[in-house]
Amino acid sequence: MSHPLAGSTAIVGIGQTEFSKAAGRSETQLASEAIVAALADAGLSTSDVDGLVSYTIDPVEETELARALGLEEIGFSSRVPYGGGGSQGVLLHAAAAVASGAASVVVAYRAIKARSGPRFGRAEVGGRPTSSHSGTTAMQWCSPFGVLTPASWMSLNATRYMHVYGVENADFGRAVVQFRAYAANNPNAHFYKKPITLEDHQASRWVAEPAIRLFDCCQETDGSVAVVITRADRARDSNRPVVIAAAAGAGLFEEEIASNHYRPNLEVMDGSVALARRLFDGFGFDRGDIDVAMIYDAFSPILLMQLEGLGFCGFGEAKDFIADGHLGLDGSLPCNTNGGLIGEGYIHGLNLTLEAVRQLRGDSVNQVESPTTALVSASRTGVILQRPR
Amino acid sequence: MTDAPAVARPSPIVTDDNQAFWEAARQGRLVTQRCHQCGRLQHPPRPMCPTCHSLEQDIIDLAGTGVVYSYSILHHPQHPSFEYPVIAALVDLDEGVRILSNLVDIPAGEVRIGMPVQVRFEPTRDDMAVPVFGPRDADR
Repeated sequence: MSHPLAGSTAIVGIGQTEFSKAAGRSETQLASEAIVAALADAGLSTSDVDGLVSYTIDPVEETELARALGLEEIGFSSRVPYGGGGSQGVLLHAAAAVASGAASVVVAYRAIKARSGPRFGRAEVGGRPTSSHSGTTAMQWCSPFGVLTPASWMSLNATRYMHVYGVENADFGRAVVQFRAYAANNPNAHFYKKPITLEDHQASRWVAEPAIRLFDCCQETDGSVAVVITRADRARDSNRPVVIAAAAGAGLFEEEIASNHYRPNLEVMDGSVALARRLFDGFGFDRGDIDVAMIYDAFSPILLMQLEGLGFCGFGEAKDFIADGHLGLDGSLPCNTNGGLIGEGYIHGLNLTLEAVRQLRGDSVNQVESPTTALVSASRTGVILQRPR
Repeated sequence: MTDAPAVARPSPIVTDDNQAFWEAARQGRLVTQRCHQCGRLQHPPRPMCPTCHSLEQDIIDLAGTGVVYSYSILHHPQHPSFEYPVIAALVDLDEGVRILSNLVDIPAGEVRIGMPVQVRFEPTRDDMAVPVFGPRDADR
């Protein structure tokens, strides 16, 4: 029996604001602008929208959004925890709501002022045991030790990964060089026309040694993106729909966002192993079906750990997979063709979904030749998108 | 210039679920939860045993010895409460629980995964303390 979410819903519109270092307006305004753009792309109006989904950590309240947009009646709303790791979970929630009939048109959105507002990468000693219900209760065990940022949390996992598999920081750098090459072609990217060499990468300063240099980190960005989801049969009337062929999420015992420090073997991102089981096995896909992939790259080490956890290569083999050029346009798995979060910007992972839609529509600035199937992975949540047949 | 506080390290965030750990740390003791019913050790502390769902948790003293499971030498960004580089570490304690802490009195260039370490305590603001790890006595 096929999965009830398999192909039953579709993305019919995408929208975004500009990405910048200082948006100069509220997150509510940013989200409103992105949603209006996404609805225009979908050929729908605000009166069609009856569902909203975002991240638990998103600052835009549903009530304010409904007031700004003039939404008459919301039948479904939900939020996904795990920060950026939940970024594709918004599509799972939206697809589940639409497939079940709880809503007919759902907007998934993320609005963030990660550069001019509260920065993830700024060292702050929090007075709270958790991080705004984003799934980081372990923060309380980090802050008295100066482990204050996502990079510092994640670097503990990454150092172990490097130790077990004999990986060096330059191995991460080869992925970064590829993403910066993609970003150099993307006028919307933070690093438009700014490619780097591996030597440039190795010359960037240490953030968390020996795992993470400055160029291994995503670009904290201001902006908003939005995605419109409705039933696949209704989507046939829309402009250029993209089918949600699979959607899944996996949260594991003792695992948190970047700080899953208590799992037995941190060299394996076993949230991604579980995601792959649900996404590939659960929906009947093979890795070879994927023509283009967007993989959450808040920091470059988690790109390698996801490639392995998702099963695109063996454990410890991602460094060779990357060195062999598989992530390039001519490779077996063109990856993060917008430049990723490292090259384009950090709208907390949901901008990767937009690039997957652009690829399947043929709209990417780094277009893969006629892709039919795209993966978006955010380590523990993910979707497989397809061009309609 | 204002006078820096004598102790800069921020104090831990005390909650109903973790107060036994931090009260022991204030006394210079490294402890963990042991389920009264099934004997499971647990860190960080939680209100219920995830194995048997018992609410009775004994607090037991740990030897304070373990090995470095992973580490990271933190250079940036910097917070005025800490001296840089900060060495963050995950320490696997001999009893079988893992703890996130700092390494002290070990030069950054000499930190290795698997190196044996021993607990000591550093004061924080608000007259509290946190467990940190240095070289084992026998290694000095």
